[in-house]
Amino acid sequence: MATTADHFQAHSEDHGHHDSDHKPAFFARWFMSTNHKDIGTMYLIFAIIAGIVGGAFSGMMRVELAEPGIQYLDTFARWFGAVNPDFNTTLHTWNVLITAHGLIMVFFMVMPAMIGGFGNWFVPLMIGAPDMAFPRMNNISFWLTVAGFCSLLCSAFVPGGTGNGAGTGWTVYAPLSTSGSPGPAVDFGIFSLHLAGAGSIMGAINFITTILNMRAPGMTLHKMPLFVWSMLVTAFLLLLSLPVLAAAITMLLTDRNFGTTFFDASGGGDPILYQHLFWFFGHPEVYIMILPGFGIISQIVSTFSKKPVFGYLGMAYAMVAIGVVGFIVWAHHMYATGLSVNTKMYFTAATMVIAVPTGVKIFSWIATMWGGSIEFKSPMVWAIGFIFLFTVGGVTGVVLANGGVDDVLHDTYYVVAHFHYVLSLGAVTALFAGFYYWFPKMSGRMHSEFLAHVHFWIFFVGVNMIFFPMHFLGLQGMPRRYPDYAEAYAHWNHVATIGYMVMAASLVVWFVNIVYAYVAGKRAEDNYWGEGATTLEWTLTSPPPFHQFETLPVIGETAHH
Amino acid sequence: MTFGKISFGIGRAAIGLGLSLAGVLTNAVPAFAQEAPAASAAAPSAIATGAAGGAAQASSAGSYTPMAPTPGVGMPVDGGIGLQDQYSKLGEYGYAIHHGLLWVIGLITLFVLILLVIVAVRFNRRANPVASKTSHNTILEVVWTLAPVLILIGIAVPSIDLIAKQYKPAPKSALTIKVTGNQWFWTYGYPDNGDFEVISNMLNIPGEPTINNGVREVGSKPWDGPSHLEVDNRMVVPVGEPIRLQITAADVIHSFAIPSLWFKLDAVPGRINEKVLVVEKPGVYYGQCSELCGAKHGYMPIAVEALPRDKYNAWVLTHAGGEIDGKKPAAEAAPAAAAPAAAPAPGSSEAAASDAPAGEATAEAE
Repeated sequence: MATTADHFQAHSEDHGHHDSDHKPAFFARWFMSTNHKDIGTMYLIFAIIAGIVGGAFSGMMRVELAEPGIQYLDTFARWFGAVNPDFNTTLHTWNVLITAHGLIMVFFMVMPAMIGGFGNWFVPLMIGAPDMAFPRMNNISFWLTVAGFCSLLCSAFVPGGTGNGAGTGWTVYAPLSTSGSPGPAVDFGIFSLHLAGAGSIMGAINFITTILNMRAPGMTLHKMPLFVWSMLVTAFLLLLSLPVLAAAITMLLTDRNFGTTFFDASGGGDPILYQHLFWFFGHPEVYIMILPGFGIISQIVSTFSKKPVFGYLGMAYAMVAIGVVGFIVWAHHMYATGLSVNTKMYFTAATMVIAVPTGVKIFSWIATMWGGSIEFKSPMVWAIGFIFLFTVGGVTGVVLANGGVDDVLHDTYYVVAHFHYVLSLGAVTALFAGFYYWFPKMSGRMHSEFLAHVHFWIFFVGVNMIFFPMHFLGLQGMPRRYPDYAEAYAHWNHVATIGYMVMAASLVVWFVNIVYAYVAGKRAEDNYWGEGATTLEWTLTSPPPFHQFETLPVIGETAHH
Repeated sequence: MTFGKISFGIGRAAIGLGLSLAGVLTNAVPAFAQEAPAASAAAPSAIATGAAGGAAQASSAGSYTPMAPTPGVGMPVDGGIGLQDQYSKLGEYGYAIHHGLLWVIGLITLFVLILLVIVAVRFNRRANPVASKTSHNTILEVVWTLAPVLILIGIAVPSIDLIAKQYKPAPKSALTIKVTGNQWFWTYGYPDNGDFEVISNMLNIPGEPTINNGVREVGSKPWDGPSHLEVDNRMVVPVGEPIRLQITAADVIHSFAIPSLWFKLDAVPGRINEKVLVVEKPGVYYGQCSELCGAKHGYMPIAVEALPRDKYNAWVLTHAGGEIDGKKPAAEAAPAAAAPAAAPAPGSSEAAASDAPAGEATAEAE
């Protein structure tokens, strides 16, 4: 905080921004915040904390999976409050780990970082707006997300059937989540999703209103930076899909507690109905997680190639197309449930269609670089890593799209490999790219480029070591969500666990880099990336004044995006 | 809500273990009831053996020693990196399609990688100090939209064909086996063979806690397969003939999966999913539950043992109430025959719903 205060001093003298930089006192500033940048910062810190928790859970999973047999779960069960856990309780702990890892990473790490963090920070800056449209709603969105996270953590310490915690998987399928999991843990988990979902819906409303109404004079929709486009599409996906999830999990809640039978065949309900509702939300959700990443990568590739984005309109409408088609492919998560032949054929064909706009994006990024004068600064290295890793995750998606082939790959580690390539190696790589791109803008301090490159290369090796062998495990038939496995699967599981340690080491480099920046980092200039960085946030100081654009910038006719 | 011809949503009344197969089949699948008279055609050779063999045959007929699995067949191999070898026609077809897909996605990934390398080498700051300002090329954009479309159509044709083949219904004469997922074991019902039921638990692993009610340890019998995969009682099926698997669950959703037979279908409480399985080669094929079902999800494997028809029949006759084409082994035949033909004789009401109503079949055999 000292840094910020000093900066404020320097600022008011240098630029005479005295009024615009007037900050409230500590409690009012951070607990009653209505400032999009402060809320963005809180979201980022929250996402980092949640990411550490979720990442620790995956570490617990990987250490258990290092060898066949059950080695550590017993200890973990005691951590969650079990006294002398029996074998079922021990194994239940595994299900709690996979459930918590999934929910935390999706709802409390990637989404808050992408949308709450970078979205809050840079959407107003990029469109030339002083703040978000509904600053107070912005604040409650954040605190609802925090409350949701607390509810999820609470669930781990209360009974959830065979042991403490919700062991239903992040998909919370009925009837495992209803009759199969007595005890309050699953209720806490569901409530957690309600809270986080309400926060996200409010966030989505805020983004849509801001982007549609508060753009600077002259900034037409077709002149918006692609990151803003990606946030606009994401916000619409949230707004349309989250209410369906809310309905589905509310029905779960009443099935569990009030005797309804929405998903219970003995009362006229249908367990498969839950899956349709869940995936009607769940599939757009995966695009909610990756689209802002697309936007970040577009900004970075353009900046460091010193070229405008190639095929800007195609890029923007490819995201719109991905968003639209993303709503009509949900049942490809349900190929094994006994869909009818025609349904399965339709979802196979529709799912493959998504590869087309995705291909447009990949090729357009490469075409943006083509003919450019590329500087391999850390964000660019992360962005190129993203393009390659996302391609690998994308093509295995095309394999899984085939209903007939999915019959052998469904619910195996192949699926785990696929979605971690697009999320852990895709979305998270985009997050790190965005972090290094904007960290000096947000903090006012330059990070170490050397450490950022070291972070990239160790991370790149680590995550590929974790997740590439999972393709092999999946093809060989190893089912997912297993704490224990046949000897034949031992080799690649062992490699993956070593990969996890490599990846974890890279995060240490990242933390060191953050500390370095605050302790010894150079002050960041307004536009520290130079001529390629053309969006509006680079016209402001680093960090920007507490209130920016009190005089709105005007976007010229000829300005490019 | 209709989920199609194969998944029979059986709706309100039927759930869990108590669900009556009779009710399901007569209400939701009238076709099954109609085909009952034709069932005796299922395996003519077996009828002949059963009818002519008499007492002498029966004493030797009910015998079974579990088959020892061939290492690497029907199970994962150490450090393996590809699909398991396939032992069904559909599996071979799917395997070939996956092989083709692997080439397509491999080449696409390689193409993207090469482009990235070219860009990095030719258009870095040193090699190309002044950036071009090109940001549009309509022809290029049309090409990279249409080329993936063509590739996807090329993939979709065999893919859709594979789905169509997978959904080909079983011939009327096919043997029906009812698979039920439970927390955390499988039961296999044989309604065409006297409606006995096989309960299949995973074998204990030495040095690990007991998996299920004190069943023996894996490796204690010469025919035991790999740990985590071997069970006490396998699902025995006849080799080379279509088998109608009807899959359901008693508690939560499970999934019946055998990678080497290209088979995976969820076991959903209150619903029967049906699919044909044809095993091309005698052997033991292992699979594992593939839908999260609670604490011991990882401890309810599936073992399918495919035997020639005569050995399968012999296996059937080792079970109390086991019968071939409605005929009991000679030793048991006498009391059964004494029952009046009109009465719903041996077996439960579920037996009456199977392809061959017990009374009719008994009369026929007399």
